[in-house]
Amino acid sequence: MDTEVLDLTALEAEDSPENDRPRRQRKLSGDDLAAATLAAISGGAFAWVLRILLGQHGIMGTAIWWYIGALVVFFLIIRDRTDSEGALDKIMTTLIWSAGVLVSALLVWMLSYLVFKGIPKITASFFSEDMSKVGPLTPGGGVKHALIGTIEQVGLATIAVVPLAVLTAIYLNEIGGRLAKPARFVIDAMSGLPSIIAGLLIYTIWVTYFGFSGIAGSMALLVLMLPTVTRASEEILRTIPDSLREGALALGAPQWQLILRIVLPTAMAGLVTATILGIARAVGETAPMLLTAFGSDSTNTNPFKGPQSDLPLFVWKLIRLPNETSQARAWAGLLVLVMLVLILFVTARYISGRSQKKLGRAS
Amino acid sequence: MVGERGGVLTRPEYDGGSDPEVPVRPTTQRTTGDRIFRVVATGATSVSLIIVAVTFIFLVNGSRPALESSGVWNFFTGSIWNPTVGNFGVLGLLEGTLIIAAIAMVIALPLALAMALFINEYAPARLRRILTSVIDLLAALPSLLFGYWGLKALQGQLVPISTFLGSHFGAVPFLELSGHTPRLVGSAFIAGVVVAIMIMPIITSVSRDVMAQVPREQCEGALALGGTRWGMVREVILPYGKNGIVGAALLGFGRALGETIAIALIVSLVFKANTHILETGAGAIAPLIAIRFSEASSLERSALIAAGLALFLLTLAVSLIARRIVARSAAVK
Repeated sequence: MDTEVLDLTALEAEDSPENDRPRRQRKLSGDDLAAATLAAISGGAFAWVLRILLGQHGIMGTAIWWYIGALVVFFLIIRDRTDSEGALDKIMTTLIWSAGVLVSALLVWMLSYLVFKGIPKITASFFSEDMSKVGPLTPGGGVKHALIGTIEQVGLATIAVVPLAVLTAIYLNEIGGRLAKPARFVIDAMSGLPSIIAGLLIYTIWVTYFGFSGIAGSMALLVLMLPTVTRASEEILRTIPDSLREGALALGAPQWQLILRIVLPTAMAGLVTATILGIARAVGETAPMLLTAFGSDSTNTNPFKGPQSDLPLFVWKLIRLPNETSQARAWAGLLVLVMLVLILFVTARYISGRSQKKLGRAS
Repeated sequence: MVGERGGVLTRPEYDGGSDPEVPVRPTTQRTTGDRIFRVVATGATSVSLIIVAVTFIFLVNGSRPALESSGVWNFFTGSIWNPTVGNFGVLGLLEGTLIIAAIAMVIALPLALAMALFINEYAPARLRRILTSVIDLLAALPSLLFGYWGLKALQGQLVPISTFLGSHFGAVPFLELSGHTPRLVGSAFIAGVVVAIMIMPIITSVSRDVMAQVPREQCEGALALGGTRWGMVREVILPYGKNGIVGAALLGFGRALGETIAIALIVSLVFKANTHILETGAGAIAPLIAIRFSEASSLERSALIAAGLALFLLTLAVSLIARRIVARSAAVK
């Protein structure tokens, strides 16, 4: 049991409060390493035997059997050396580390598969052409119309969402009137709303009367973005220290000035982050757009009239066509969409990281 | 400075009274500007209320033709989908939706809990930040990506596992295979695995927040008494965070119920629940709406709206219960 020592010296190395906890020594001892190697080998043997006995079951199946076999042997070896409590601890540590590795590996697999499939079609003309003049078998074609549609639809939705969400958050956190309780309830309810239901809603109240259009898509996005951005904004307003508010009030500021001049500027970086993350979510919404913007192959720059494409609809339509060219275009369109999401995501991270550093220095 | 530009500080009071979540703060006498500002903010807040009310009214209204043609009782207890005679039943589709969500939960919950523990307790400080980003990024990626990747890349790896499970564990309910050469692509199992990957981030981040609230002294106490790290997790962190974890799981479950595009891309849709989860064909409400809606007759559209209403009510119940549980577990600090 030589590893059961609290490692207090590690505290000096990293001094953030998060790390200010006693930790068990993490270094793998030579014995553990030997046990792990032995377990890995016997796990391999186990998987091999199963393969002979039960027949083929794919790379992933073999990997699962290898993992289970190795885990059992590892448990038995450690239990033999220490006790079952210590062995259980080692096993759980292994399992939990494996989960981290597995999830990261899935993300890497997914993104690299996307890049591998999507990159061949990405050329300059892919961004400057639409799909109006190309058939499933002709070369060329691109995402111009979809890109325009996405920017217009998401842009319009954002213009409406930001004031609504920020004002609602202010109402909930700063004013707290009679509507606060029902509003909070309703925002909770809306945040779990399946995206297709938002599409159904806009279809029944708008599309049946005015037809498919980009603005209908924006409305569906509004319904989906409003609860998430409101919730995030409210959380940010809560982090602003009360001393700032009290100071402003003590200097004689009325509440509206306090909110516009003190609360909002302080919360600005956080609000921007919340908005960008909301946009990143909205950009990829497909289901509601099928019932609202509908999609089209030609460029429609007017979001108020006629069906309009956007990136998710572009991809969705091409995925379902059973030929190579369409699939390749779908992958390329998906790559453009994911790149857009990634750019938004990284921007949001950057802004929030910078503002946190600033706040950290101030306090 | 009393008058135009400001006000007299008044004693702290509850404004509106009943909401304990709004902290008690000193206020000033209201000026005209304040009143205008309040009206604007109240108006913005009521938009959310109006949206939910309108959703409800219009969905009920839109589903009326289908409910009338097949009967309300029939609609919620039948498993039939026949647009030509106007006979619809949504029970089978609801069951199908629940089956896929349940498969997703079985896979996502342990993975998400392990991930949350890994980030909070096990991973070195530097890895912790990277992993938080990985989880946040997974939550932000569009479901088209999960669906398409699941269809083209993951499915090929999962089908052999389906074969294996079906041929060696066929006696287990749900896992049996019918016939000698069953088709295994586009099954509820494969859709469930993909949905599991999609809901894992939300379960992870909510339960991580809950687990982080466990008083540090208790954890350190457990270690100091000679407990192992897993002992600390088992005896301190998991019991303490139990409610929050249940809430997080329910939130994920609600997401799984509403997932549309990834399921629509992967499964071959049928109109009833398929209890052979490893075999081709599964029923689910949200994907059905996405795929059928544009080609449907007006009566079938009405039926799809009614099915959407059923799904809406189900997810509403799940997510409200979940939020309540999470909020309560956060309040007990």
